[in-house]
Parts: sequence; C-alpha cells; structure tokens
Amino acid sequence: MRDLRTEEMTLNMGPQHPSTHGVLRLKLRTDGEVVTSIEPILGYLHRCFEKHAENLEYPGVVPFVDRCDYLASMNNDHGYAMAVEQLLGIEVPERVEYIRVIFAELQRIASHLVAFGTFGLDVGAFTPFLYAFREREKILDLFEMTCGARLLYNYIWVGGLSHDIPPGFVEKAYEFLEYFEPKIKEYNDLLTNNKIFIERTADVGVLPADVAINYGVTGPQLRASGVDWDLRRDEPYSIYDRFDWNVVTGVEDMGVLGDCWNRYYVKILEMQESARIIRQALDRLPVDGDVQAAVPRKIRPPEGALYFRSENPRGELGYYIVSDGGTKPFRVKMRSPALSNLGVIDEIGAGWLVADVVAILGSLDIVLGEIDR
Amino acid sequence: MGLLEHKFNDNLVVGKIDNLIGWARSNSPWYFQFGLACCAIEMMSTAASRYDFDRFGAMPRSSPRQADVMIVAGTVTMKMGLRVRRLWEQMADPKYVLSMGSCASSGGPYWQHGYHVLKGVDLVVPVDVYVPGCPPRPEALLEGLMKLQEKMKKEKTLAKLAE
Amino acid sequence: MTRQEIYDRLLAQFGESVVAFSNEPFTQFIVIDTPAWYHIAQYLKTDPDLYFDSLMCVTGMDLGPKKESMEVVYDLFSMRHRHKITIKVVGPREDFHVPSVESIWRVADWHEREVYDMFGILFDGHRHLKRLLLPEDWEGYPLRKDYQVQEYYHGIRVPKIKPKKLAP
Repeated sequence: MRDLRTEEMTLNMGPQHPSTHGVLRLKLRTDGEVVTSIEPILGYLHRCFEKHAENLEYPGVVPFVDRCDYLASMNNDHGYAMAVEQLLGIEVPERVEYIRVIFAELQRIASHLVAFGTFGLDVGAFTPFLYAFREREKILDLFEMTCGARLLYNYIWVGGLSHDIPPGFVEKAYEFLEYFEPKIKEYNDLLTNNKIFIERTADVGVLPADVAINYGVTGPQLRASGVDWDLRRDEPYSIYDRFDWNVVTGVEDMGVLGDCWNRYYVKILEMQESARIIRQALDRLPVDGDVQAAVPRKIRPPEGALYFRSENPRGELGYYIVSDGGTKPFRVKMRSPALSNLGVIDEIGAGWLVADVVAILGSLDIVLGEIDR
Repeated sequence: MGLLEHKFNDNLVVGKIDNLIGWARSNSPWYFQFGLACCAIEMMSTAASRYDFDRFGAMPRSSPRQADVMIVAGTVTMKMGLRVRRLWEQMADPKYVLSMGSCASSGGPYWQHGYHVLKGVDLVVPVDVYVPGCPPRPEALLEGLMKLQEKMKKEKTLAKLAE
Repeated sequence: MTRQEIYDRLLAQFGESVVAFSNEPFTQFIVIDTPAWYHIAQYLKTDPDLYFDSLMCVTGMDLGPKKESMEVVYDLFSMRHRHKITIKVVGPREDFHVPSVESIWRVADWHEREVYDMFGILFDGHRHLKRLLLPEDWEGYPLRKDYQVQEYYHGIRVPKIKPKKLAP
C-alpha cells in the first residue's frame, strides 16, 4: 500500500466564534485533527484605555478602568484606588476598608460564577450556565441596591466610595450567604464529579509550575499548578490580613496538577473561601463612619512612579502609574493578568485535539476587554 | 371579508398574506450572538433565566446564515468593523440589526480619544433599532427587541416583491 | 535583599554598565546601559541570591518631544526571596533599539510586542516583532505624546464628526 502523506491545515477560529469568550482569533495549524501550533491574534477590542487615562483627571479614569475587565469591575476599581491612594499617602476610614473588601469578594464570586457557567457551556453542558446566572442575579441585586448599576459600577473612588451601603443591605447579604453556601454541593454534583466532564478536562492541557512562573501566569491558574501564591496573603493590601481563610491549590484527585480540571476546581473552592471572608467582614463591620470623608477635592500627587498589584479573580492585576505633579496622570499602564495567562496557550495546547483547545481556552478564563484594553 | 363572513362558524379566517408573514417572522427572531464586550454579558443575562429571551421566540445562533437579527453588543473597533460588515453580508434576507449599548450606537465613552474605536456601527452596516445604555439593562434590550418585532410585523413583503 | 544591596551587587559585577540609582520614595529604580541589558538580565535571573524569576511588568514611556527621550521600565520580582527591583533603559525617541529578553522571561514576548506597537521601540533578537493590538496596516505609534490620528482607515472615518450646533 502506498504511504499516505498528510499536509498541515490552517484552521481559523475566527473573531466571531461561540466559544472564544469574546473577540479572540486563534490561528490553528493542524495535522488532521491534532493541533500542532496555536497563534492568538489580538486587538479586536483595543479601546485605547491608556490614551484615555492620559487625557482625563485621576477620578475620571475610574469608569474606564471598570470597563477593562468588565466581569471584575469592583476589583479593578479597588486596585486603581489603592494605587493612587498610596501615591497620595492618604488613609481611608475603617468602614470604607470593610465595605471595599465585602464588595471585592462578592465580585470575585460573581466572576467565578461566570467562569464556571461558560466553561460548562464550552464543554457542552448547558444547565450549569443557567444555575450560575441565577446566583449571579442575586449578587447583582445587592450591587444595584447600593450603587444603582448592574455591571459597571464606578463605585470605589480614590479615597472612599461613591455611596454608602443602604439600610437593609447587611441582612440581605447574610440571606445571600445562607442561600449560596449549600449551592457549592449542587455544582459539584452537576459538573465537578460528572464522568463526562472529567473525561473532557482531567489530564488535558497540563501546565507545569516552572513554565507557569516563566510565562507570568498568575491567579487560580497558577495555584492549580501547585504553586502556593496568593497576593491577598503574601503581599497583603487593604485589610486582608485580619481575616481567617485558606489559599486553595490544586489537588490530584481526578487528574494531575495543572490540568483543566484543577483550574476549574480551584475556582469552585475559592468561591467558598470568599463566602467565608464576606461573613467575617459583615460580622465586624464598623457601624459609623463617613464613606466620603477622605475623598480629596483635587487629586494632585507628587512626582513619582508606583507599581501596585492586587489579586483580581483572574490573577495579578498591576497598575504602573507615573505622575508628573499635575492633575492628570502622565502614564497609566495596566498589567492585565489575562494577557499573560493567554500567552501560555501555545505551550500547553499543542498536541491536543481541536475540541481540547476549546476546553483549555475555557479553563484559562480570559476576558478580552482586559487583554486588549 | 363581507361575503364569506360568519358563513363557516368562524373556522375560516381571511386576511392578507403580508400580515401572516409579518406575524410569523416577528415571533421568532433568531438572533446572531455577536457579543463583543461588556454588553455581551448583559445579553447573556437576558438569555438566562430571570429575563428570559426565549419567551419571545429568540434563539441564539452562532452562524450568520441561520440568523435573522444581528445584535451588535459592545464596542466595535476598526479591526473588527471590517469583519462585522463581512458577517452582515453573510446573513440571508430579510435581516435586521439591533445596535445594543452606547458604544455600538455612537462610540460610547470612547468617542473622544479612542483612535481605534468605530464611532457607531452604523458607519459599516445599516441599523434598525438603537438601544442606549452603558450597559443597557436587560429590560431595555427586551424593549428594543419588542420595537424590532413591531417593525418586522409591519413590513410589506409581497408588495416589495411585486416592485 | 534591599534595593541598595542589589545595586551594590550589580555594580560589583558589571561596573560601568550600571548608570544610575535612585532610592527615594516613588522614584526607586536602577538605570542601566542599553547594550548590556541582555547579560544583566541573565545574571539577574540565574544568580542564586538574586533569582528574579518573575517579570511582573514591562512599560514603555515617552517623555515627550521636549525631553527627547523614551524609556522602557522593567519591574522584576523573585518568588523565592520575595524582593523587587525596577530596571530602566533610556534612549532616543527615534530608532531606539533595546535587546529583547523574551528568551529569558517568556512573558516578555507579548509585552515587548505591545511596547513596539504603541511606541515604535525596536527590540533586537525578538523572534517575531510585529504589531500586537493594532491592525498590521495602521500608521503611527499611538501612545507617543505627539501622535496625530489618521483621518480614514479603509474608507471609514476615524475621528468623530461633532454635530453642528442647531441654529436658534
């Protein structure tokens, strides 16, 4: 029989695709169904955030920072506000710190819910998506009660908050926690211990720890590879050092360390830990204090530069802010976690089937607004 | 009506074919899920269980050839604008475009210094309904869809073919 | 190790290539000579006492046509020893060549492409230096201080047409 020769095919997972989490274009070179190399092409959502930041005053940059990673707006606001506060050298009242932590952790749960729902959708399960969005609506109700917006809040300002929490918020938050904590068991029954899901994601796309650090992968993706690193515990900012919670790393129950299943499981357990932090913060919330007390009238930081990083649901969000003494920043660079997380896809995606590439991309949890800024 | 009315115990209904086609089309607007940015999350929320999109007959389709309505949700950039035009041309007639959010309607908050942002998707495709908001609430998107349904109902298909 | 100790280490090893050092609050950096950057980067990564295995951020900065210079700022961190350092490389606004460190820290691959895209700084030794975010046929480097937006791109108007005020 004659030898059959195969040729390489270039397949385009174009900017419009049901499972690329936004406008991402992947150029796959495949040998049959097996992928040999992946080249991501970005820039389809480049919205010139850094140019806007140079032309607006410091408080005016906050809505634009929101829109970069639209699934984790509160965390983005939090990071930027803390960076500018460090430059100015101001301290915020205790009540503001507690409320900021409550909202940041609620936003973390909401973001992980979307990641969990859409990952199920990628792999073929439609029901978890509806369950995740049902929970998320309850969190968005809490946000809407406070600042009026469902998705992009402009809530955490430099030096304080835009609105105080309304009466009835604390009771509703406790109700939500009572309702949410048993749901983790539901998610485990639906997806985590589901045989088909395990076959699709365990041992797929393994990311070793040293490769992860070299590629700059951070967040739950790094912790799933076994590296015990969380900025909230290791470089504590705000008041995270007062709470009692665990840092979740990957386990070897279903596959190996660093596979897609671990990247997904770390997020489920992190939601549990976030619920613990919220409960502790609600218990100790100071009763009085003006949330707008420390908001400066005119923000004019001294000359200098600062790199400040905080823990986003996706990883390490860094702001490099350069000030030249005026009311507008000279340069704001946002180091987005999803950009570095996506860079590793060629390394871990080569050698798998096209359908596995979809699972790997889903487990990396990217948001194109943040990658393209 | 007139001659045939009330002759068959109201088992026979007489009407214009245009009305029938308009009614059928407006009650099943299969939308092309074209979520680009933050508005895509609100579109997903509208399709989820609290604000159900499916009760209007709207199903998400991923291929442009199977869709009636293209909901442009999110900021369109220069790089993406060329692709939007190509996807719109791939849709089969009759097609409609619903521009969701202020970024798709007029450039949104990025109109002033955004060098790479398309100031409104109507620079590349013809738009039927604009839904303002940043992002618009799911109820606003539903209202936009209902206005589009009214427009689809009034369209005179046979009269257009006769021209 | 403190920043002063790291600077002393580098000075002892590389001598003249280490140009300047500043340790005031909010202005803490080490400026090094551009051609020696690749070797210094390798030393920073592999020396067991320094061991900077994580490159946190690569930032390009345009100081404006008056000061006639551009900078690239590297923020490094060591996961083993938990210390940080900021390295700066300074150069002219036109035709600024910087040795690429993407073979040392793979995270620099896309960060350097982005700096090239936004500022026009060229990285020698980068395997595929092309635009990352903007289309391939875009003209100009947007984050420079003297950037002018182009009028048309493929027939689409780029700046917004402001509506004329209605007559009273």
